[in-house]
Amino acid sequence: MSAKQNILAKLRKSLVGTTPLADNFDEALVTEPWSYPPEQRIAQLRKQMEAVHTEIHLSTGDAWPALLARLLHERQLPSLLVSPATPHGKQLAAHWDANAGLPTLKAYDRPVEEWKAELFNDTPASLTGTLGAIASTGSLIVWPTPQEPRLMSLVPPVHFALLKASEVHNNFYEVQQKFAWAAGMPTNALLISGPSKTADIEQVLAYGAHGPKDLVLLILEDQ
Amino acid sequence: MSSPALIPTVAVEEDFRARAHTALGDKQLRNNFRSAMDSLMTKRAVAFSDAHEREHLRALGNAIRARALSKLPDLLERLEQNLTRNGVKVHWAETVDEANGIVLSIIRAHEARQVIKGKSMVSEEMEMNHVLAEQGIECLESDMGEFIVQLDHEKPSHIIMPAIHKNAGQVASLFHDKLGVEYTKDVDQLIQIGRRVLREKFFEADVGVSGVNFAVAETGTLLLVENEGNGRMSTTVPPVHIAVTGIEKVVEHMRDVVPLLSLLTRSALGQPITTYVNMISGPRKPEELDGPQEVHLVLLDNGRSQAFADSELRQTLNCIRCGACMNHCPVYTRIGGHAYGEVYPGPIGKIITPHMVGLANVPDHPSASSLCGACGEVCPVKIPIPAILRRLREENVKAPDSPNQVMRGQGSKYSRKERLIWNFWARLNTSPTLYRLFGFFATRLRQLVPSNVGPWTQNHSAPKPAARSLHELAREHLAKQDRH
Ligand code: SF4
Repeated sequence: MSAKQNILAKLRKSLVGTTPLADNFDEALVTEPWSYPPEQRIAQLRKQMEAVHTEIHLSTGDAWPALLARLLHERQLPSLLVSPATPHGKQLAAHWDANAGLPTLKAYDRPVEEWKAELFNDTPASLTGTLGAIASTGSLIVWPTPQEPRLMSLVPPVHFALLKASEVHNNFYEVQQKFAWAAGMPTNALLISGPSKTADIEQVLAYGAHGPKDLVLLILEDQ
Repeated sequence: MSSPALIPTVAVEEDFRARAHTALGDKQLRNNFRSAMDSLMTKRAVAFSDAHEREHLRALGNAIRARALSKLPDLLERLEQNLTRNGVKVHWAETVDEANGIVLSIIRAHEARQVIKGKSMVSEEMEMNHVLAEQGIECLESDMGEFIVQLDHEKPSHIIMPAIHKNAGQVASLFHDKLGVEYTKDVDQLIQIGRRVLREKFFEADVGVSGVNFAVAETGTLLLVENEGNGRMSTTVPPVHIAVTGIEKVVEHMRDVVPLLSLLTRSALGQPITTYVNMISGPRKPEELDGPQEVHLVLLDNGRSQAFADSELRQTLNCIRCGACMNHCPVYTRIGGHAYGEVYPGPIGKIITPHMVGLANVPDHPSASSLCGACGEVCPVKIPIPAILRRLREENVKAPDSPNQVMRGQGSKYSRKERLIWNFWARLNTSPTLYRLFGFFATRLRQLVPSNVGPWTQNHSAPKPAARSLHELAREHLAKQDRH
């Protein structure tokens, strides 16, 4: 008998004569304490994300490329990893075309194996979109895609993220329902709630453990 | 700059009592644990400030885990089906040796030399680092705490905060000695040193190993929580990802993780959520540009099916490994994690380890408790830890010929003499005549109690009976009243 058969046989034997417990999941318990009037959702999100050192800027659908250019300049970042194929990537490229002297835009357009060293050693910042956010816990919902692969939000030391104000949801349960997560998940889905951190030495909180040291969120208020 | 000498931590040779004794005398160690546990308790209390909300959520957490266990074999099969459909290869192992064999064969198939590991307690059960090192394969821990512990050739002393027994000065000396960096006690700088060293390793590694916090049967998803990003690195950068987990970690629905996640991060660290919640449902697709080409899941039994067989002990498998029981345990706080000498310390360690290594190998664990009840009160999935400890004490002294053999290594503390004494004690207390006789002689002969009554008198004065028993005094008192 294989290990699988042995394990399952033992477990089944232990359950002889029992019936599976009923599913009495009470969704009110995970939604009611974590619901906010629409006008307070962004405030709640900010409170949670800023408490863990996320830098947040309010902007608009038209103004954010200029804001991002300014933030890159202030941080003296020489380049930005951004997908040229996404709507926000295209919008950013147009702004860059119209304004000379901005940091180089780099594309993640080939498998990681082909440029791993550059990604790790020479890519100081990235910009990705988000699928929305969760107000209760202060979390960004990120589903990596071929255009915006998994490592884009992890390896560069500064991660800029775009969030549409209309896509801030109350809680994790609501998000799972809305996106029908139970029906299928992408290969990788993430909740990101701040820059990387650790308290492993004497419980002293330090940011920039293995992932980004800075998470900068641009909220597009009119979108 | 000179650096202070490393303070030696508790060695893992002797038995539990000896280790506990040494730990109790180690001022530095006790300080490190006391302050860490105090702060973790406060953080949890703040995160659960609404007791009503907390208690309802704990009840829901318990119900979800109990439901999952009530259909565990079916859920495991469903998990395997869905993971397989998603392109994840699922392996089953009854023992740690089998699990190590599976991991080794995957590593060999890729001719891998370097393995980078996210935090995984199951890989500690397997002693994976050691096993791989013997085969000439480097297996490096990437969680900051685990990295520190591995660098000092130690084991984790806490399941969430592996290096909690060390203070910044001790880490500073360690990094200075082992990594050749300049001595600094600045925690930010220490973390940056770790980041630099490990980034290179993520870059080079051929295989990434991780644990799993929840495996969702419905979707075939492995959910991992972490703050550092090392878990995401380990599961995303190397071309092969191997996840190892216990068979109990499965939950039925995606929505079931909502309350469990909230209970886990708030109980463990007082955080509403961890920085990253990483949900992995498959390897890289042809059109994707990164992520592992292969994802494997190793499902390990290692004694869990033994706990599962008994409906009371089965509750042990509700555990979501939050560590709250150890943070609130007066024994753990005083002796630290290493004194237990096993992978899982503290209250959860005391109830799960006997199934993994046999009760006879950890005979003192069930009694290393004051039964104060704190662990059971804080457990987010409501495991009745004190009741299970009492049960294990019974199993510990069960007669070898007793028909109810529920666990490996039970009855190792059985003694005929002790059993006879207890039988006599039971008779004494159930027969009024015997009891009165005993009371009479115990009070009259009270001067005969020796001043040294074995272990009892190590910390207490000898138990000298009163001059008259309460019964006698009460009788005299009533008689007096009647006369008035
Ligand atoms: S037994 Fe309960 S409190 Fe202890 S680690 Fe497990 S879930 Fe947490």
